[in-house]
Amino acid sequence: MFIDFFLKLRQAGVPVSLREFLMLQEAMRVGLADFDVEHFYFLSRSALVKDERHLDRFDQVFGQCFEGLEPPPAEAGPEPVATIPLPEEWLRKLGEKLLTAEEKAQIEALGGWDKLMETLKQRLAEQKGRHQGGSKWIGTAGTSPFGANGYNPEGIRIGQHESRNRRAVKVWDKREFKNLADNVEIGTRNIKVALRRLRRFAREGAASELDLPGTIGATAKNAGYLDLKMVPERHNAVKVLLCLDVGGSMDDHVKLCEELFSATRTEFKHLQHFYFHNCPYDTMWKDARFQPADRMAMADILHTFDQSWKLIFVGDASMSPYELIQPGGAIDSWNAEPGQVCLRRLLATYPRAVWLNPVPEKYWGGTTTIGLIEQLMEGRMFPLTLEGLDRAMQRLMH
Amino acid sequence: MAKFTGTASYVATEDLKVAVNAAITLERPLLIKGEPGTGKTILAHEVAQALGRNLIAWHIKSTTKAQQGLYEYDAVSRLRDSQLGDARVHDIKNYIVRGKLWDAFEADTAPVLLIDEIDKADIEFPNDLLLELDRMEFFVYETRETVKARNRPIIMITSNNEKELPDAFLRRCFFHYIRFPDRETMEKIVEVHYPGIKKLLVREALTLFYEIRDVNGLKKKPSTSELLDWLKLLMAEDVPVEVLRDKDPAKLIPPLHGALLKNEQDVHLFERLAFLHRRNQQR
Repeated sequence: MFIDFFLKLRQAGVPVSLREFLMLQEAMRVGLADFDVEHFYFLSRSALVKDERHLDRFDQVFGQCFEGLEPPPAEAGPEPVATIPLPEEWLRKLGEKLLTAEEKAQIEALGGWDKLMETLKQRLAEQKGRHQGGSKWIGTAGTSPFGANGYNPEGIRIGQHESRNRRAVKVWDKREFKNLADNVEIGTRNIKVALRRLRRFAREGAASELDLPGTIGATAKNAGYLDLKMVPERHNAVKVLLCLDVGGSMDDHVKLCEELFSATRTEFKHLQHFYFHNCPYDTMWKDARFQPADRMAMADILHTFDQSWKLIFVGDASMSPYELIQPGGAIDSWNAEPGQVCLRRLLATYPRAVWLNPVPEKYWGGTTTIGLIEQLMEGRMFPLTLEGLDRAMQRLMH
Repeated sequence: MAKFTGTASYVATEDLKVAVNAAITLERPLLIKGEPGTGKTILAHEVAQALGRNLIAWHIKSTTKAQQGLYEYDAVSRLRDSQLGDARVHDIKNYIVRGKLWDAFEADTAPVLLIDEIDKADIEFPNDLLLELDRMEFFVYETRETVKARNRPIIMITSNNEKELPDAFLRRCFFHYIRFPDRETMEKIVEVHYPGIKKLLVREALTLFYEIRDVNGLKKKPSTSELLDWLKLLMAEDVPVEVLRDKDPAKLIPPLHGALLKNEQDVHLFERLAFLHRRNQQR
């Protein structure tokens, strides 16, 4: 039962396991969903989704499986769903529970259940054709084929009487958890979660250990009766070197970078940041105003911060290719060495460096230099989204 | 099996009820997440009250260890007792200190066990509790006894998302994300907390409240608990409705805003917005 649904969830990237699926079956068996679509939706959501970031994906798959929804635009789903699966027995049971004897008679007059199901499927197919390209749901606002067929005079709007008027749109249709999905860009709310992602990386538990000299001293003072002293365990504070691209095309991403910057500032004990424009050359700046007093030569940076520092670039990597491959290509000053040489030098010292790119991943192919830098980084370029940040932090650690 | 349907002092949405009842019926832990101030911890109290069970709350800190929830062997006081020649020292049982989980397992009627803010603890913490929460039993090495739950307690776990919880742990739980309540639910919540509060005041206050939540760039958006505090203040001060409704740009900052905005930067932001607004109006 609902195996398709389970498989589709996995396909859509909701990490459901067999264990949870069986848990749902068990819940169904003891009658927790009591043949109410909405209750079933709540129940399956509670049993199968364990992270609010996946709620939106779940809503979409649920819609597809139980309503005949069009698949989301190409970039979100792996492949469009060709047919609309309609769980017949489900609808039948649902109908039986809800319809009055009179209504059932009406249905019989229309040619019985089977006929009805057939018409229903036809209608669904038709409607899909008509709405191609849009994201309209079948079943909203009274255009539902369910209603049109007289399947249930009130549409398939099952639920509690008190909020009847809100039910014209299905609960999962509202997609209220959209802004919790992790592939959206980091926003004001999401930055807090991202910040915590970094915290995981920065400190690993606060264990305490026995302070042996302290204990001996205290026990001696205590006339030989034991007096234990504990000290917090020293933990390995992560040292981060943050290099930010500012100006030019980065102006569009100022807010995002600002938020990331403020997040990292509070999270790491050892944080050094430098600014560059488009690509790091032989100099970087401590201040975004690029004053001569704030300059720091690349050689000095390499010598000051050893390999134990983790290097993070933040930049859109969008520039003229000459800036990367030609000497003198930099737009601000004369550079004796092309940008990629400087970048390689940095990467030789910090081999695990990552590049965070505020440009959405799907547009990366459109800019030559993004590809070039991604090659230089050996694939360690990540979009500046929560999910990308997560991957980046993992790569930075290993 | 008793079902949870909300209480006189707690408005539970339909999806929350389903999740709670599923967790109760299948005897699985329920993991609750949501914005701060949306009533995660309160929920456990209310469930306990509604079902007439005891509540055992285990508040987690960054130094909490899973073992502390089961039991602790107080070796230091035993050593001290032996130095002092206390007779108690011969029985190791005297030095086993029971944890919250043990208390919950031994209770006569299954209590509600709240594990509050599980994400505050070490990353390994949830993993260390897997078996105990699954089988509802654990072994005490010192006394060679197995503690088994007489009745499986109803376990509610809250998390503020500070750390990711391990998959194996999540698989065993039901999950519910408490969404920020919409206007309709919010009105019910206010009614439950301050019955008979002036309708007009609530309406104006809610409008203002949601407007404030919509302001971009706030560090901490006011949540349900802040709204309730604010309403209490408004009632105590007897602020007339007209003041709330006042769209006079000179008074753009809501009265008693300290209850809503908890952050100096947010207050500044608000003042700045008010200033800009005023200037625009003068032009």
